[in-house]
Amino acid sequence: MADVKSGPPKQGGFSLSDKNTRGIVYQVLTVGMVVYFIWWIIDNTATNMDVRNIRFGFEFLTTEAGFGIIQSLIPYNEASSYGRVFIVGLLNTLAVAIIGCVLATLLGFIVGVGRLSKNWLIRQISTVYVETLRNIPLLLQIFFWYHAVLKPLPGPRDIHAKGDQLWFSLTNNGLMIPKPVPETAFYIVFTLFVLGIIGTVVIKKWAYKRQMATGERFPVLWTSLGLIIALPVIVFFLVGMPMTLQPGEMGTFRPNNGFGLNIIPEFIALLLALVAYTAAFIAEIVRAGIQAVSHGQTEASYSLGLRPGPTLRLIIIPQALRVIVPPLTSQYLNLTKNSSLATAIAYPDLVATFAGTVLNQTGKAVEIILMTMLVYLTISLLTSMFMNWYNARVKLVER
Amino acid sequence: MAEQKKGGYGVVNETILPDMEPPASTIGAVGWLRENLFSSVGNTILTVIGVLLLAWTVPPILNWTLFDAVWSGGSDACRANPDAACWTFAGSWWEFFIYGFYDKSEVWRIDLTLWALYVGVAFVVVDDNLRAKRPYSTILGFVIAVASMIFVSAMIQHNAPTMWIMFGGLITVGLCVWAWNLPNGRSRVGLTLLFAYPVFVYFMLGGGVLGLKPVPTSDWGGFSLTLVIAITGIVASLPIGILLALGRRSEMPALRLVSTLFIEFWRGVPLITVLFMANFMLPLFAPAGANIDQLLRALIGVALFASAYMAEVVRGGLQAIPKGQYEGAQSLGLSYWKMMGLIVMPQALKIVIPGIVNTFIGLFKDTTLVLIIGLLDFLSSVQTATTNPEWSIRSVPYTGYVFVAFVFWLHCYGMAWYSRALENKLHTGHKRN
Repeated sequence: MADVKSGPPKQGGFSLSDKNTRGIVYQVLTVGMVVYFIWWIIDNTATNMDVRNIRFGFEFLTTEAGFGIIQSLIPYNEASSYGRVFIVGLLNTLAVAIIGCVLATLLGFIVGVGRLSKNWLIRQISTVYVETLRNIPLLLQIFFWYHAVLKPLPGPRDIHAKGDQLWFSLTNNGLMIPKPVPETAFYIVFTLFVLGIIGTVVIKKWAYKRQMATGERFPVLWTSLGLIIALPVIVFFLVGMPMTLQPGEMGTFRPNNGFGLNIIPEFIALLLALVAYTAAFIAEIVRAGIQAVSHGQTEASYSLGLRPGPTLRLIIIPQALRVIVPPLTSQYLNLTKNSSLATAIAYPDLVATFAGTVLNQTGKAVEIILMTMLVYLTISLLTSMFMNWYNARVKLVER
Repeated sequence: MAEQKKGGYGVVNETILPDMEPPASTIGAVGWLRENLFSSVGNTILTVIGVLLLAWTVPPILNWTLFDAVWSGGSDACRANPDAACWTFAGSWWEFFIYGFYDKSEVWRIDLTLWALYVGVAFVVVDDNLRAKRPYSTILGFVIAVASMIFVSAMIQHNAPTMWIMFGGLITVGLCVWAWNLPNGRSRVGLTLLFAYPVFVYFMLGGGVLGLKPVPTSDWGGFSLTLVIAITGIVASLPIGILLALGRRSEMPALRLVSTLFIEFWRGVPLITVLFMANFMLPLFAPAGANIDQLLRALIGVALFASAYMAEVVRGGLQAIPKGQYEGAQSLGLSYWKMMGLIVMPQALKIVIPGIVNTFIGLFKDTTLVLIIGLLDFLSSVQTATTNPEWSIRSVPYTGYVFVAFVFWLHCYGMAWYSRALENKLHTGHKRN
């Protein structure tokens, strides 16, 4: 036994037939090629920029922009800098993305559950919705809502006289709704609302602990509704309704600035198209998620004596969510990235304002496109970090 | 007990009674309605809501698209009836929608490539159905025969040189029949054709060889341009995506890092910024003096973008293959590429067919984005036509959008349908239900 060598024979020196050597050679070659390619591109770019007399740098961010933006969540005027344009565009992108995600989730869950409904008619309608909307390009849907639905609407001058109060008016100028104007006392109500949310969280934890310890249950739902909604509402009326609704006001040609809240048609069209399109995909995800929970789970829950409500809440939904949430997150990401199609109808998002107007004015293509891409990359990265955290949390604990 | 059996027949039938009919309310149309539409109060309410929804939406849609629509005449007929679809708009502009600004005397070249594509696709579908012994393959065969006749007559109409008609027809049909009759390696032939097709399209549309007049890419447009972009993206993304997926699953850390960075970068940014980058930055990246034309820039952008998505789909398939398959292949002494090519990839790709087709569908829809960087694709050509002053009628933009939507829907739904059929066909074993 002693003279039988164990392990692979020792190889001396360099040989391409050795797997490890070959691996190292391949990797060195790959890295070398990638580095050379990147260097080649940078070198070409530098040469080309020299020839065209363009200089790389971010000084332009402090230069005055000199153009207006039709929707801005922060104070902005033509004298603001390009850097501020970047922030305005980013906020507009986030606004449409966040509202879009919420609405698309709602609609998607309704349609997804509809596809599994016992009702034949509802099932068919949901199927037609999904199969139609997800097979039509999003850009076309955005164009449809914008050019074919919203733009042909009558103008504000056609239906309103000068001085009219606009409580709810949908024109080709957008949707005019009243603007809530809070007074000082309103902050009491708002503080109570926040405290109500914090209180609910605390009560829920306490109630859970008590139920685990004693088996006694506590009506968490009603208490929290009372804390979050009823209490602030009562206080709101007690302190004399410290919030007024200020309607829009019609001017000579268009509604006067500073009155009411005007939602621009570009925003509405983009939001409608994004929500309708993404909801079709979310519906399929929801359907697959619910179908992934085997029927035995429901039966087992019933046989334990749980009623349909708790069965859904405690047994089916937690298991379905484990399947639903990862693809759902990637749909949110898609929606955020798709919101960049705003540029086609001139909704002032990041791509339209920054990578569009600013790029055309300054010609700083490399810097601007790099910055824009970095923003989206950061959003993606943050989302996938959240996904990893969530997956680790809900992962099935197996033996 | 025994006594009762002897004499007590009074309470027991001697023969078995026939089964009673099920209650009338549980069978037939009534039963179906009760079961599916009115099984409970909630269900009935849903049905009523559904019917109201349909009554509110369907009649106006049908009236607008079909019954009240303008099917003949010129723009005047549509101007007289602006509250219904104006299909004569699509009828008068269809050449522009398909060919864009392509040289009128040369459009037969586009016809040839388009028909080669559709006939080839139809052959594949018919072939699958013949093998599955489905009766409607005969119908499809008939459709292909009729389509080929239309094709030949259309080319004669466009005054195509006879040599090219014969050549194109022979090549298409010949290749298809050849591929069809090969019992083994059909997929290899199919793949070869898949990669040969873009080259064929490039030379046919671009010209400059075999006496074909060169047509600059700036003249390309319409639906043919959409197809050029989609097919280039599809054909390029498959091999690049497979290589990237292998790289990301590789044991070599450097390869893994490079592939992962590449994939995550392209997947993390919207296609529109990729197109902007291709449009504005590619000319800077290229060595001085090199002139990359605009279509090529868009194609590079689309191909890179699609490859990253394809890589993730393929990686999903690779992860689903049990480790024993890799080990089995290795124990037989297969090299890495043989193991991947003969054992792992065929199984992995089969699993991810739905994902691959979904990527194709997404890519096909995303081709519309090139209009933002100024290419005249299908959607863009229709939009351009709607701005024509002669056709500035209220119904025309709606008609244009519905028309484009219908064409895209047909192609995307067709792809999805075929992927489902293929999935069933390739489902060898381990099928549940």
